[in-house]
Amino acid sequence: MIAISRRQILISGAFLWLFAVVGTTLVAVTEFSTADAIVENERRVLLRNLLALLPADRLDNDIANDTLELPPSPLLGTETRSTAYRARLQGEPVAVIFNSVAPNGYNGRINLLVGVNVDGSVAGVRVIKHAETPGLGDGIEIRKSPWIRSFDGKSLDNPDAAGWRVKRDGGEFDQLTGATITPRAIVAAVRNTLLYYRQNADMIFE
Amino acid sequence: MSSNSEITRNGLWSNNVALVQLLGLCPLLAVTSTVVNGIGLGIATLITLVLSNTIVSLIRGFVRKEVRLPVFVLIIASVVTIIELAMKALFYDLYLVLGIFIPLIVTNCAIIGRAEGFASRNPVGPSALDGLMMGTGFLVVLALLGGLREIIGFGTLFANAELMFGDGAQSLTVVLNQDYPGFLLAVLPPGAFFGLAILIVAKNWLDLRPAEKPEPAPPLPEGA
Repeated sequence: MIAISRRQILISGAFLWLFAVVGTTLVAVTEFSTADAIVENERRVLLRNLLALLPADRLDNDIANDTLELPPSPLLGTETRSTAYRARLQGEPVAVIFNSVAPNGYNGRINLLVGVNVDGSVAGVRVIKHAETPGLGDGIEIRKSPWIRSFDGKSLDNPDAAGWRVKRDGGEFDQLTGATITPRAIVAAVRNTLLYYRQNADMIFE
Repeated sequence: MSSNSEITRNGLWSNNVALVQLLGLCPLLAVTSTVVNGIGLGIATLITLVLSNTIVSLIRGFVRKEVRLPVFVLIIASVVTIIELAMKALFYDLYLVLGIFIPLIVTNCAIIGRAEGFASRNPVGPSALDGLMMGTGFLVVLALLGGLREIIGFGTLFANAELMFGDGAQSLTVVLNQDYPGFLLAVLPPGAFFGLAILIVAKNWLDLRPAEKPEPAPPLPEGA
């Protein structure tokens, strides 16, 4: 074993420290100079997702910034605070878009955007994030299959509670070929979101 | 000291990161379900390799032996974080697809392997070239494997090219067969292993087939 003098240890430590400072500085400078573009990108994608649920002529407010922070809720499937986006036309409420979670997908949580019209009917549903099996459960993505559109216009009374199931369970909604658990989870999550809206409608557009 | 042509041949073929060294398999197998994903991660890895090799080579004279590995890791992590931020700012949609794999480039053994095995012992020029060629070799395998799996799995080629090249690239997508039902196995992780195996077999077959050129094929290098 070669003895390392205290001086050498200090030099090595100082060297490492110098690199940590330089590396951190470079990362910080990059972060600073890209921050605006990244926020803008996130906003653009959010707006694109929101406007996929509501045609642009149904609202005239800045929906991405007309937000409401909601506490965790079992009906929304959320375990942390979530954001809801409110659409208005000439100041009048039109619809609200919830971030809902179907906690019981085949491969875990499925994140949804659920648009609910002010009359309690579904404006539209989109899957934001999921880990379902490619080729089977991923038919819930709009670019793979139109299945997710089967919720459009549905409400708590149309169909009734028994109809808010997949066909295999005696309900009204198609399952996907080779995948029942995934659609079942989403059907339940969308209905729960409608229930949440019914219970909290007053508070949402206060 | 290696000549430029030797470095090039090593990186692209005879010591290919993915086909011979079998390094960086985690991102390789995970993202190559389409060509575009493969190219996206390949380019990010390529840039990381060139930058980290160059920087490591520049400081090789005065970095002390005891702390060289933490310093290399620090350099690689900084470079990767900067690339991730740049990607978020410039190619956000592609970032949404590849996002979780970008930080993993830090743990791609190929990068620290080249830093320690080559760049810390060679001048800047050859080191940058080594990074470029190793990265290109990795990129080509990612793209080939992505293409193989996309054709077999989805029946398309260059799907989602607009994620990387902008909306104009949407027309790049080739649908080989409109009614293709898809082949799930190729899309799922096992398909990645089969695909990689096919590529390795093809490379070894090319290496071992009776030499048509006067020069015999180089012997297979040992795995790193």
